[in-house]
Amino acid sequence: MTFPLLFRRPRFSGHSHLVAWRNADVYFLAWKTDFLPPLLEPILWLVAIGYGLGTFIEDVEGVPYAEFLAPALLTLTALNASFFECSYGSFVRMYWQKTYDAIIATPVALDDVILGELLWAATKSVINAAIVLGVIAAFGLVHSWLILLALPVVFVAAFAFGAVGILTTSQAPNIDAFNYPMYLYVTPMWFLSGTFFPLTDELPPAFHFLAYTFPLTHATRIARGLNQGLITDDLLNSFLWLVLVGLVLTLLSINAMRQRLIK
Amino acid sequence: MEPALELDGVTKVFRTWDGKEFNAVDGVTLRVPRGQLFGFLGPNGAGKTTLLRLIHAFWPPTRGRLRVLGYDPATQGGELKARIGVAPQDNNLDPDFNVRRNLTTYARYFRLPRAEAARRADELLDFVGLKDKRREEIDTLSGGMKRRLVLARSLINEPDLILLDEPTTGLDPQARHLVWDKIRELRRRGTTILLTTHYMEEAELLCDDLVIMDGGKIHVQGRPADLIAKHVGRDVLELAFHPGSTPSVEDLRRLPGAADARIEIHADRAFVYHDDVESIAHQAKARFRLESSLVRRAGLEDVFLRLTGRQLRE
Repeated sequence: MTFPLLFRRPRFSGHSHLVAWRNADVYFLAWKTDFLPPLLEPILWLVAIGYGLGTFIEDVEGVPYAEFLAPALLTLTALNASFFECSYGSFVRMYWQKTYDAIIATPVALDDVILGELLWAATKSVINAAIVLGVIAAFGLVHSWLILLALPVVFVAAFAFGAVGILTTSQAPNIDAFNYPMYLYVTPMWFLSGTFFPLTDELPPAFHFLAYTFPLTHATRIARGLNQGLITDDLLNSFLWLVLVGLVLTLLSINAMRQRLIK
Repeated sequence: MEPALELDGVTKVFRTWDGKEFNAVDGVTLRVPRGQLFGFLGPNGAGKTTLLRLIHAFWPPTRGRLRVLGYDPATQGGELKARIGVAPQDNNLDPDFNVRRNLTTYARYFRLPRAEAARRADELLDFVGLKDKRREEIDTLSGGMKRRLVLARSLINEPDLILLDEPTTGLDPQARHLVWDKIRELRRRGTTILLTTHYMEEAELLCDDLVIMDGGKIHVQGRPADLIAKHVGRDVLELAFHPGSTPSVEDLRRLPGAADARIEIHADRAFVYHDDVESIAHQAKARFRLESSLVRRAGLEDVFLRLTGRQLRE
């Protein structure tokens, strides 16, 4: 990997949506199976953790545990959808199916292909998050209409989640390589981003530092705030952080992929 | 009108994992006029596929100047790709879609309107004889069907230039002849076609003009018949000797009429290239202990083996 080239300005030809569209077509061809995980998973989480474990837990940040957990399920599903789409999914398309090779023989440039992959991952995150939103609403855990704004937030955060998948795809010699970002990025972020317990002041500063570098921490704070009907400066800052991290990681992932494929 | 292809000193340098550099394409200079069916022949690793990838703006050249259909692939890749059709060596059809959807989805990358894409997809499926397979999944197709579908896909944008990378490798004779028919039909319509192959029969049959490449360089360029006449003569005499009784090149040259023939010996077989080999065959039968002798017309394969040698590649 040549470091300075990672910051090269991408050259888009305005065709990214065609790549996202292709992936969307594949998704909707198998919609019955695709819709199932985001529908069932949050139900299981709510039943087992939210209510099952939650009955042993006092109110958190002034609300019952299940209600504290619910907005996090929205952002967690986005993390899953985006990362898996851009890691295993992208690797299969790039390496096994040679889908990228086929597409870049057309006027669609490689930079468009990668941006298209991320666009689709973000769209899929929103679809899944919307399904989860329906589930938590059905459980009576939605407090404010503002929670709908969590969907665009999830769209932005998905770029930060997915781009790490693309970055790994750009370096992966084989599909096992995804164990690294799984266990170094996704799983720690999953558990430590204030998703299952609040990031209180009693936690050590190093923990706070780590947690606040994770995009998921910021996405979850925002979703939780919105569900309480709050839009504060703090949450706006979190949103700006998501935009910034998303932009930088997207840039890096496009250029890393270009280095892998364009010799 | 600009020629289909103008290459001037085009070189592509690759770096291997241990830092060594090698020239996959080495100073290729070439001009192909429009409307030709032009062949790139060469053993594995000769640089044919790399050259095609430079031509369709997949990779940039390390050195040299390319113009394809008048476009500069380095700066006008998008415009150029809109006018080119590519059928790559490895069938990279989209396994997530069925046969017809492969074509309509591909049409969308060229921004064809939906109705137009549907019309062309049906027309092309008819052209390559896959109309009845239009709803099949890609995994269920035979190798020959996949090749035909890749060919159909490369035509979806009605290209001015088609790049066919080993279009018939691995096909059975029936499928091969069908693909050849389609290629000739495209040629008749006036489309420029660049084709790589290592089947000499295919090149002889199809190509108006061709180059033989090896080690990234062009060895010769010409029409198939001219190359055969120039490099090997009209006929070939193949002699097989009993083990241990193979004569030397000098022994064979002393045969009457063989003084100016080109003679090669490989293991216990001799190849004599000359315009009149019948009398030499006669003399050889009288003088040596032969297992068999065969007189045949010289072909492109003889040119190819003569220029690129008989040792195995990769």
